[in-house]
Amino acid sequence: MDMKVLVIEDDQQAASYLAKGLKEAGHVVDVANDGKEGLYLAGGEHYDVMVVDRMLPGRDGLSLVQVLRAAGNDTPVLFLSALGSVEDRVKGLKAGGDDYLTKPFAFSELLARIEVLVRRRGAAQPQTKLAVADLELDLLARGVKRAGKPIELLPREFALLEYMMRNAGSVVTRTMMLENVWDYHFDPQTNVIDVHIARLRQKIDKDFPTPLIHTVRGAGYSLRAAS
Amino acid sequence: MTAAAPGDCAVKPGRIKQCVAAAARMLRTTAVRLSALYLALFVGSVVLILVVVYRTTAGFLTEEIGETVALEVGAFQDHYTKYGLPGLVDLVRGRSAVVNNNAIYLLTTPTGAVLAGNLSRWPDVALSDTGWIHFKVADTSGVSNRPSTAQAMTFTLPGHFRLLVGRDMSELDQLSDRMVRSLGWIIAATAMLGLGGGLLVSRGAMRRIEAINRTTRQIMAGDLSDRVPRFGGGDEIDRLAGNLNAMLDRLERLMTGMRQVTDSVAHDLRTPLTRLRSRIELALIHDTDDAEVYRGVLQDSIGEADRLIATFTALLSIAEAESGAKRSDFTAIDLVDVVQLAADLYEPVAEERGQRLAMEIAEGVAPQTVVVRGNGQLLAQAVSNLLDNAIKYTPEGGTITLRLDGAAAGQAARVTVADNGPGVPAEERPKVLQRFVRLDAARASPGNGLGLSLVDAVASLHGARLELSDNQPGLRVALVFPADAKS
Repeated sequence: MDMKVLVIEDDQQAASYLAKGLKEAGHVVDVANDGKEGLYLAGGEHYDVMVVDRMLPGRDGLSLVQVLRAAGNDTPVLFLSALGSVEDRVKGLKAGGDDYLTKPFAFSELLARIEVLVRRRGAAQPQTKLAVADLELDLLARGVKRAGKPIELLPREFALLEYMMRNAGSVVTRTMMLENVWDYHFDPQTNVIDVHIARLRQKIDKDFPTPLIHTVRGAGYSLRAAS
Repeated sequence: MTAAAPGDCAVKPGRIKQCVAAAARMLRTTAVRLSALYLALFVGSVVLILVVVYRTTAGFLTEEIGETVALEVGAFQDHYTKYGLPGLVDLVRGRSAVVNNNAIYLLTTPTGAVLAGNLSRWPDVALSDTGWIHFKVADTSGVSNRPSTAQAMTFTLPGHFRLLVGRDMSELDQLSDRMVRSLGWIIAATAMLGLGGGLLVSRGAMRRIEAINRTTRQIMAGDLSDRVPRFGGGDEIDRLAGNLNAMLDRLERLMTGMRQVTDSVAHDLRTPLTRLRSRIELALIHDTDDAEVYRGVLQDSIGEADRLIATFTALLSIAEAESGAKRSDFTAIDLVDVVQLAADLYEPVAEERGQRLAMEIAEGVAPQTVVVRGNGQLLAQAVSNLLDNAIKYTPEGGTITLRLDGAAAGQAARVTVADNGPGVPAEERPKVLQRFVRLDAARASPGNGLGLSLVDAVASLHGARLELSDNQPGLRVALVFPADAKS
């Protein structure tokens, strides 16, 4: 999936690392080093996603996004910030951001998050059934089947699988799962997610020839039909 | 402070400006203001008392004179009836001859010629309503040689002879004179006493306040060990001093805590940073073509950096919870949710390690029944840290219990995490709450020594108590929410 990304970040070194990484992942990147330039670029061209630093010289990231939203621009926005408290995050989301990432972060985390943001934007409207290869998940009946065989899942396992299926094909990181399935906006000391994925694999993949849950090294997990 | 002594002002004219400034500063002091206020009140009351005394005395004197005159008039009338006009003339002459008394007599013919008496002529004033006449006597003989006021009764005898019997009122005038004169002295003395006393009394209080000021300045200059002196007695100033000292104690404790934390941060961040740096440096020195070697070093470096970030994030969370700033966005938190979510997250982890994680919800506790005001994320993190610890230190086959109790006497809720691991000896328990403290037994396992510190900070933020006790065997940690934490 190739995307056109606008990075608005005043730290030039950080901005160029981001641009380099995104280009290597196959995306097209524009960089703005302050809020004014960022607003100019965002207003003039179409982007699939914007990565906006919260604290910028000239015009801060929050008000920049507010201006864009007020002008009807609904490009997904991922905020980057050195401010990591819960209320800082809430402020970012209230201003019109779609996701919030606290510095320092792993590049794989950023990449996974913006890909999910773009895919979600393109996703069809409310679904009652999700399907990936021969795996089916019925949101209304709260049932899961693989190759037509019902699979018993605990409520939280169901929620985890649902989140992965909604983002099938994308990489979802451990932090994303903690945030979206448990609403935990902090990282527990133990790798709790790995244990949950292992359990889910036992039920979804173990008795079937082709695994659907794949480990993406250094990033997280991905649910998709083939490797 | 360069306060000029009063003596200097007279001697050195160059210092006048400084003296004026010192005087102005002095006038602004509370001691002087309070004294001035008391002085005004004091003088006012003295004047009031004098006025009352004068009026009472003057009234008494006037009344006495009136009675004397009336008696005398009666005597004259008797005499006239008995001896006729010549007898009266003799009597008036006789009485007028007595010197050094202030009696006034006058008997005139119908034409106004003086028959007898010590007044040169009939006074030219009208009769007042009271039957008395008041007039100035300028030329009385045998009374006083200065002009003074007199008061008299007059009668007309048959044949239009007229009789006047009165008294010179100069005694009263003298009294009021003396009173006015002594009033000045009394006011002056009162002023001196009042000002002196007021200054003395308020100076005592002000000296104590100045002592507080001195200590405050010392503390501002950086010496936190100084304390405000107390005089005993427990009055307002003493209580102020006590409160200030309590505040200073707390500040000093915080500062000491901060210093310890800074030292620990320096140690616990420097060590891994050094490791990180040497690892990278060694890889560069150890020149090789094997890309795998470099890859390995980079991977290790990322791991080390991630641990550093985790430590740093934990420190920030603790600081955030400790600052108390988050109290402003407290919301209603259902503890049943918090506990269930945490149990749900950690249950597979415990199982993987061959432990059992049991969640117990006290009888009668249902969703939405145990709700406290708080920060959901921090509470979740606290419970998660407790479970993390329990799982880390409990051996295979052990049991970890996560329990939620509802309202009881003195508590709104209680979240307990108990394990049957090695536990923490009673004397070590307060220590494990400190930052970066890891007991020797824990050194071998991963962790940064911040887990329980964060739980402690979150507990304080919520006004909750953190209780560490013996689970026989193992450790039992309870977060006890006070009764007023209930939402």
